[in-house]
Amino acid sequence: MDGVHDLGGMHGFGPVDREANEPPFHESWEAAVYAIMRASLGTGQYNLDEFRHGVERMDPAHYLRSGYYEHWLDGIARVLVEKGVVSDQELAARTAFFAERPEAPASAAVRAMPATPAPRLHWFAPESERPATRPPRFAVGDTVRTRNIHPTGHTRLPRYARGKRGVIHRQHGTHVFPDSNAHGGGEQPQALYSVRFDARELWGPAAEPNQHVYIDLWEPYLEPGDPRG
Amino acid sequence: MGKNHPNVDKYVVSRVRALESILLEKGILPPDAVDRVIQRYEADTGPMVGVRAVARAWVDPDYKRRLLEEPRAALRDFGLDLDMLRVVENTPAVHNVVVCTLCSCYPWAVLGLPPTWYKMPAYRSRTVAEPRKVLAEFGLAIPESREIRVWDSSAELRYMVLPERPAGSEAMGEAELIPLITRDALIGVADVRLSSPA
Repeated sequence: MDGVHDLGGMHGFGPVDREANEPPFHESWEAAVYAIMRASLGTGQYNLDEFRHGVERMDPAHYLRSGYYEHWLDGIARVLVEKGVVSDQELAARTAFFAERPEAPASAAVRAMPATPAPRLHWFAPESERPATRPPRFAVGDTVRTRNIHPTGHTRLPRYARGKRGVIHRQHGTHVFPDSNAHGGGEQPQALYSVRFDARELWGPAAEPNQHVYIDLWEPYLEPGDPRG
Repeated sequence: MGKNHPNVDKYVVSRVRALESILLEKGILPPDAVDRVIQRYEADTGPMVGVRAVARAWVDPDYKRRLLEEPRAALRDFGLDLDMLRVVENTPAVHNVVVCTLCSCYPWAVLGLPPTWYKMPAYRSRTVAEPRKVLAEFGLAIPESREIRVWDSSAELRYMVLPERPAGSEAMGEAELIPLITRDALIGVADVRLSSPA
């Protein structure tokens, strides 16, 4: 989707604002969101692509005025409600409970602990590479052009790189296709490539000199390109 | 907008606790999960795997070749088994920098949690379009004669920069090099200098 998350090349955000000696988490609720993300991904409540698409559908104005862990919270809650893991009413009622009891730990609202303990946290995302079912369409050095597509669902083809000419830099094997996997369409693995783009192709005369952008792109995003232009 | 310090809506903390309590009840969230997350990222300090791998690559040409060509095997030396990391090498002709314009993909396994600036709109929007200006803000002047390669982490592959070994460090061993190497250098927004990093 052409959402607010797709930030590459946007103007107006000002300088990069850095914080010296930044702590891993600024507040403990951020660590809780991190734990919730890992636990619900690890136990298969959603896959990574569904999670990312959940974040992308956040209200755009809210997205821009909030931080990373609030993005996660918003996306996780959206997907868990859509999947029926939690209900809107349940979440609202518990949120009201804790709003009235700001010092209460999460366990204060737990009615009974489950008979089966939760599995331990998975720290890393599951592997996305799958066995190839057919040879890749493009070889290293081939000129390709990205498709000019604007799907309303999830995609990992950034807006700034659509309809652009690039060169296959590397073949990455076959990987889960996010555009399908985010929408219950299964993994539908596709060949994945590192594609090298000249900055002038992406940004025109405004491009900085002697710059290239490398983007990892799935085969359905690409069509053969004309090396002459 | 345009500020990199987010405001937190008042309902956020209550909502997190609400979700936490529901997922505890459903057996999705382990009761010790939050403590383990804090322990992992706040208490387990010490050089990151990425830093140790870079120091070894600088002193051992065979390890450097493995890190660039077979990163999975090379990182097993440090107890990590990661299929998706790629290491890109800075040279006098090429400077590499890593970004994720669509979300905030970052090589957590080798660099720990990403800094906030990496996740905010200014860095994500500008690094693909005007990397020299962004790097200049970080205090890194890249001449036009040196190519800049920006890696936009759009898939599950994660990128880490192998910075150039600083001139004058030739006599130093792995253990002496480690404290010189910063997280920022492995993202590609700093180089490694002999004087200790600020």
